[in-house]
Amino acid sequence: MVESTIHLEELKKLAPPAELRRAPVVENNRGLGVLTDQLSKFAEGKIPRWWWILFIPSAICATVVLPMALIYQVSTGVGVWGNNHPVMWGLDIVSFIWWVGVAHAGTLISALLFLTRQHWRTTIGRAAEAMTVFSVMMAGLYPAIHVGRAWFDWFMFPIPNSNGNWPQFRSPLMWDVFAVNTYLVVSMLFWFMGMIPDLAGLRDRAVTRPRKFIFSLLAMGWTGSARQWHHYEKAYVVLCGLCTLLVFTVSSIVGLDFCTAQIAGWHATIFPLYFVIGAVFCGFGMMLVILIPLRKWCGLENVITMSHMDKVAKLTLVSGLIIAYIYAIEFFIAWYSNDPYERWVFGHRLFGHTYWFLGWTLIVVNVGVTQLLWFKKIRANLAALFIIGVLINLGMWTERFVIVVGSLYQDFLPANWGKYIPTRWDLALYAGSLGAFFMLYLLFVKFLPFIAISEVKGATPQGNPHHPLGGAKGKP
Amino acid sequence: MSEKTYGILAEFDSPAALLSAAEKVRDAGYSRWDVFTPFPIHGMDKVMNLKNSLVGWVALAGGAFMFLNVVGLIWFANAFDYPLIVGGKPMFSVPMTFVPAYIMMIMGAAVGALIGMFAFNELPRFHHPLFKSERFALVSRDKFFLLIGALDEKFSETETRKLLESVGGAHIEIIED
Repeated sequence: MVESTIHLEELKKLAPPAELRRAPVVENNRGLGVLTDQLSKFAEGKIPRWWWILFIPSAICATVVLPMALIYQVSTGVGVWGNNHPVMWGLDIVSFIWWVGVAHAGTLISALLFLTRQHWRTTIGRAAEAMTVFSVMMAGLYPAIHVGRAWFDWFMFPIPNSNGNWPQFRSPLMWDVFAVNTYLVVSMLFWFMGMIPDLAGLRDRAVTRPRKFIFSLLAMGWTGSARQWHHYEKAYVVLCGLCTLLVFTVSSIVGLDFCTAQIAGWHATIFPLYFVIGAVFCGFGMMLVILIPLRKWCGLENVITMSHMDKVAKLTLVSGLIIAYIYAIEFFIAWYSNDPYERWVFGHRLFGHTYWFLGWTLIVVNVGVTQLLWFKKIRANLAALFIIGVLINLGMWTERFVIVVGSLYQDFLPANWGKYIPTRWDLALYAGSLGAFFMLYLLFVKFLPFIAISEVKGATPQGNPHHPLGGAKGKP
Repeated sequence: MSEKTYGILAEFDSPAALLSAAEKVRDAGYSRWDVFTPFPIHGMDKVMNLKNSLVGWVALAGGAFMFLNVVGLIWFANAFDYPLIVGGKPMFSVPMTFVPAYIMMIMGAAVGALIGMFAFNELPRFHHPLFKSERFALVSRDKFFLLIGALDEKFSETETRKLLESVGGAHIEIIED
């Protein structure tokens, strides 16, 4: 221990002044072994009480409410929802876009920040990827049942059949099928591959036979040899690149679903970008909601540090500012186009009847509340960040509602106008998917390594062979 | 050297110690050796003279394969097997295929990268001689290992052990195959 104190003293002399210093990825500098124990502890220890308190209601939503909503809807028809002429897209599509959005920030944090060599991502990357995987699963549920006759879902795939039916590949709705499925598969591969070294870690630490057996299977015989790491790192970088492409593709295609339609309020070229940024913004909000309780309850304050939360909050602010800009552009273009229908739709977003309060919620929350993140005191206040995260999620959900329903309910012919009020089955389905998401997430947090242990260790000074704490002699 | 020897394993405490030991083992003329670490060690590729991994090319092949296949599929489905007129446009044009083909290219490349990684690493394998060593379980924690394989031309139980001792290896043990 004497030796390492000397190194620390040396380090302090050589380090740049405080304001130029980069925040350490892991605080307290306690060494690789202690870090491994700390990060593996949660997956190995007893199930804490908070986990049950969250898990039981989520599991009830996922295993009772969701199947009930699905069975009733599939056996009766989409009429059980509030969707009807002229609002044919209701809460099902709103929730679909919302879930795809939540997924996007996970990929962005994990993949894009890896490509830009942001070492701080190592501690929150895995938790973000899991968020992606589970929310894409929830997203995929909605279009599958929204078609009304779920038993014809296979029509969406190019499967040779005796009727000679093929999908129509010019439709963005068709592209969506490919995009969402690809997103699910690729994000799962990325998530699983990233987890292999940590699963090997849990295998090596396992004390009971069943545990050893399960993790041996999952780790696939990983030994951590330099040759394995060599190929692994290459595959990882390739997957990161591909996932980054997906961030920009999947939501763009969802945006194209809208902007290829002629409906006023949808027919805008900004939609693909709009949806990508909206997705990322919403996902960062979800990240705040998930990370803040997790770091406290799992005792990870030194790994998911205040500096990490600060950075996530700053990214939320950046994406929120872009969103604010896009809102402004949308209203400006509606006015500038001089198109009476566009002007009508956008005017009625804020000053119409039925949905005007949603339009204002969207502006107040997504544009207004986000500006609080400019202040360092707010970014350092976890309770405030958590509340802002929840509000952003609500705000973005409202945004999708305003876009989908707000543009449909008063279209070109006043005789055609209608209203959309979600029914209890709409809401049950949404509650069910929320429950399923949190159930899967809690299972993941408890039984799998939800922090990328090997990556975090590689990002500490103890893991750097050219650093005194990593055993190097001389200057760092 | 017994028939069943797999190699000699030495343990190190820090990444820097392992890196310098690896340099010395390389300079001693060994060729069939490997290091085992909890995370990739910066600079180890150079010491071990590992060439650029071919995983990227497998991913490219997977991506190109899927891209061309989807273009072909769309031509077959919408222009050949069941010609479909949409908005008076041609039955087949390259731009119409781009988005689905691009998306599936990503899928193909991702699957290719994973398969490439597994193939080059000879995974999954559920047994490895090193798993017999009790100390080796620490490889995923905080210890760094260097193994010199018995198949190496210069391998000899006494000489190799001496070398590993001289470069600072601890808990040196012979691994049976």
